[in-house]
Amino acid sequence: MNSAEQRALDVSDVDSPLHSTEQTDQYLTFIMAGEEYGVDILRVQEIRGWETVTPIPNAPPHIKGVINLRGTIVPIIDLRQRFGLSKVEYGPLTVVIVLKVETRKGARVMGIVVDAVSDVYSLSSQEMRAAPDLGDNVNTSYIKGLVNVASKMVILLDINELLGMDTIPEVSASALNELKQAVDRH
Amino acid sequence: MSIDLSQFHQVFFEESFEGLQLMESSLLDLDCDNVDSETINAIFRAAHSIKGSSSTFGFTAVAEFTHVLETLLDQVREGSRQLTAEIVDLLLQSVDCLRNLLTGLQAGQTPDATHSRELIAAFNRILAVKPVAQGAGTQSATQAGKIDQPAKMEAGEAQGVTRWQIRFVPDSNILRTGNEPLRMFRELAELGELQCVASVDRLPDLNQLNPEECHLGWDISLTTAAPRSKIEEIFEWVADESDISIEAVDAIVPLATPQPDAEPAQRVSPSATLPEPMPDKVAPVSVGKEKEKESAKAESTSIRVSIEKIDSLVNLVGELVITQSMLGQLGTEFDMSKLTRLQEGLAQLEHNTRELQENVMRIRMLPISFTFSRFPRMVRDLSRQLGKKIELKLSGEQTELDKTVLEKIGDPLVHLVRNALDHGLETPEQRRAAGKSETGTITLHAYHQGGNIMIEIRDDGRGLNRQKIRAKAISNNLIGENDPLSDEQIQDLIFRPGFSTAEKVTDVSGRGVGMDVVRRNINELNGSIEVRSEEGIGSTFTIRLPLTLAILDGQLIQVGDQVYIVPLVSIVESLQPKLALVNRVAGGCDVFRLRNEYIPIIHLAEIFGIRPRNDNLEKSLLVVVETGTAKVALVVDDLLGQQQVVIKSMETNYRKVEGVSGATILGDGTVSLILDITDLVQMAGVHQQHKNGLRLVSSRAAQG
Amino acid sequence: MTKILAVDDSASMRQMVSFTLQGAGYEVVEACDGQEALNKAKQSQVDLVLSDVNMPVMDGIALIKQLRTLPNYKFTPILMLTTESAADKKTEGKAAGATGWIVKPFNPDQLLNTIKKVLG
Repeated sequence: MNSAEQRALDVSDVDSPLHSTEQTDQYLTFIMAGEEYGVDILRVQEIRGWETVTPIPNAPPHIKGVINLRGTIVPIIDLRQRFGLSKVEYGPLTVVIVLKVETRKGARVMGIVVDAVSDVYSLSSQEMRAAPDLGDNVNTSYIKGLVNVASKMVILLDINELLGMDTIPEVSASALNELKQAVDRH
Repeated sequence: MSIDLSQFHQVFFEESFEGLQLMESSLLDLDCDNVDSETINAIFRAAHSIKGSSSTFGFTAVAEFTHVLETLLDQVREGSRQLTAEIVDLLLQSVDCLRNLLTGLQAGQTPDATHSRELIAAFNRILAVKPVAQGAGTQSATQAGKIDQPAKMEAGEAQGVTRWQIRFVPDSNILRTGNEPLRMFRELAELGELQCVASVDRLPDLNQLNPEECHLGWDISLTTAAPRSKIEEIFEWVADESDISIEAVDAIVPLATPQPDAEPAQRVSPSATLPEPMPDKVAPVSVGKEKEKESAKAESTSIRVSIEKIDSLVNLVGELVITQSMLGQLGTEFDMSKLTRLQEGLAQLEHNTRELQENVMRIRMLPISFTFSRFPRMVRDLSRQLGKKIELKLSGEQTELDKTVLEKIGDPLVHLVRNALDHGLETPEQRRAAGKSETGTITLHAYHQGGNIMIEIRDDGRGLNRQKIRAKAISNNLIGENDPLSDEQIQDLIFRPGFSTAEKVTDVSGRGVGMDVVRRNINELNGSIEVRSEEGIGSTFTIRLPLTLAILDGQLIQVGDQVYIVPLVSIVESLQPKLALVNRVAGGCDVFRLRNEYIPIIHLAEIFGIRPRNDNLEKSLLVVVETGTAKVALVVDDLLGQQQVVIKSMETNYRKVEGVSGATILGDGTVSLILDITDLVQMAGVHQQHKNGLRLVSSRAAQG
Repeated sequence: MTKILAVDDSASMRQMVSFTLQGAGYEVVEACDGQEALNKAKQSQVDLVLSDVNMPVMDGIALIKQLRTLPNYKFTPILMLTTESAADKKTEGKAAGATGWIVKPFNPDQLLNTIKKVLG
């Protein structure tokens, strides 16, 4: 069992209804272009270093390719490119977070490339704010909510929405900026 | 204790389908005038068995239907009813009907009982005609009369507590049937207050006494609220051989309301009707639920594996463990003097691994008889429909192939056999006129050749008419009027899309599905099909299939910095192209002249959007590959080794990638993509169209 | 541990019977026809035999007859699994030496109740 799974188990122990009346979830956060993002830790299978991938012909640029994860073929997605952020060279600190995503066609395992892993937070749903509605042209369905941790904003991602292959929403850098500004205004 | 019976359903369905298969093939073997008792017994047993388990698992519709079947079969089995062609037909229809019912139930649907009701009515009409001798029908009627008796309750016993006087004199052999009078007393005692007096009047002299016999009788007084049926139930197993009387002496405490425990519980007694349907687990709760169920069902397909196969696996794993420990030991104290032993050990490991792999693959292998077995029935029905006399010969039914391949080859085979029946074989009159025997023959033959399964579908019919094919192909613009084509090439035209030689569209074949679909389906299994035919003598279709879909013999090729895998089976040859032999034809496609053929060139690097190592075609290599419909040449930078690769799905975690049929993991742990040649041909077609202008210019430059 | 020999040519019935009996703490030996059952009964003594009637190779009636000829199985309870229509089979079975019968379809509870009664 890897450490992420271990943590996940611990969390579920603590979270049993006998212990708490308030639902808290744990989130693994990571950094991309200075922003901190969080994903539900129960979705995290493992964290790996960047390794060379086998490119997929004619795939969109954010699909970097596939790797061999103990015998299964797992696609690797560059989240920076997915979000329309500027590309960076992969280095020894570049991290791949392997996630289990629920899609309409069943569970899928995918890896996302991020700049660096940051922290694990326990957050209750009360602390979470909904993403501001930015109108029809900016899809925010992949944002589960926003939360302030030590006066820093963390964007919690709904990875099923974000990575469910058929329904990948268009995300652009400008949309992200708009989002940030909208949040700052609040 | 409550046990979820649904856990046994999968096995029930499997065995029922097997039973139906057996019924069908046995029915086809039956000769009405000379009924083989073993065959009819086997049919009876199959129906009986399905009835027993379907009623146990609560599939009432199936149970009711098989009950009627069984009644009829029982009469036939006992010789009290003559088997007729009509009955055999009905029974065959019943097999189909049951198969449909079961398939529906397996998919979690509520079965449509229309067909089964019709068939039951048909059987009942037959059963209404009295059989020759006293059959089972009469017997079950008497039986039913017997059971009704306990229902007639004596006054006073329905309500309240009754004192019963019971006299029980068992047969002296009662112990030899494993029945123990004490057990009955114990059960009676559970019902109420019991007093028991043994009578010894039948006891023989001590010197004549056989301790294995029982010569005692009992007078029992029981005070209970339980009804008479409860008491009778206790003596049920010995009632026929024993002298038993049960009499209500008096009702002691009449109660206003019946006691709850006085209700007859589920009786373990004979009953002439089928039981109440058990709560129907398969009834759809809601549409959503049903869907969920379906998907779960789809995943739980199972396969039966013989113990021998498992045992040989266990042995192999044992050997592997030995090799591993030997190598482990070698590793801890290794020096160069032990190099030879290391190499030997590694060779041993390779040997073990390969054998293990082969054996594991063998687990998925099933005999082709699973597919062949549907044809006797089909040929029988179709030959009647078409008014042809046809004999079907099957051989090599025990040839094994991968379960998935087996499932997917069924439809193409059906199509080919239908075609042979419909178009290939002549009517009896035509055959007589041609000097052939009236009965045509279709042979299905399966065998292993190399790493492949070969299936031949051979008929001794009229053969392919090459003039007709040619004319048709010309009128359909498949070939030019003056194209020089060999006989084989002409015959091969029947596999081209949009080709059908049938003079009229019949119910049997010609349903819009052509031979091109057959070929495509077979190609999808990494297989191939070809036809040999001689006019007036017959046609033979030969299908070549890989033993398994999980492993593929691959040629590793290098394009740019990527390594791809080409299925070895599709490679015709590899060569270094000479520019002089490369031409650009109208439409912008590069073709390469190989002997007498012009072969379109596919620039892999271009299609896949990667940078090739060589821009110069002459420094590259051409790999000529064959797909179902065409030969094409792939431009690659280098040929690497050949190896067996295990096919991994790209769709598990990603999706279908155009031009790629799957992926595999190479020796160094990296992923390599397996090329889908059929896809590539299509992609190249699309590609060339929008790059026409550019290509034409560069080609002129190259030629100039 | 009480040992029961369950004989049925239907794998699903065998599975159901075994599962039920094992769940109730009995040890179960399975056989798919009379011949196999006879061999297994000879190999090790069982306390109760539960046998289907219609089976290939050797049917239930023949099995009961054969078992009763064995000294260790003279008094062993043997229950037939019959269907409601086969009334004549019951008589035939009884004559062969069967202790009693359980009528198909039965549910696990009915099976256990009957077995418990017979084994005491």
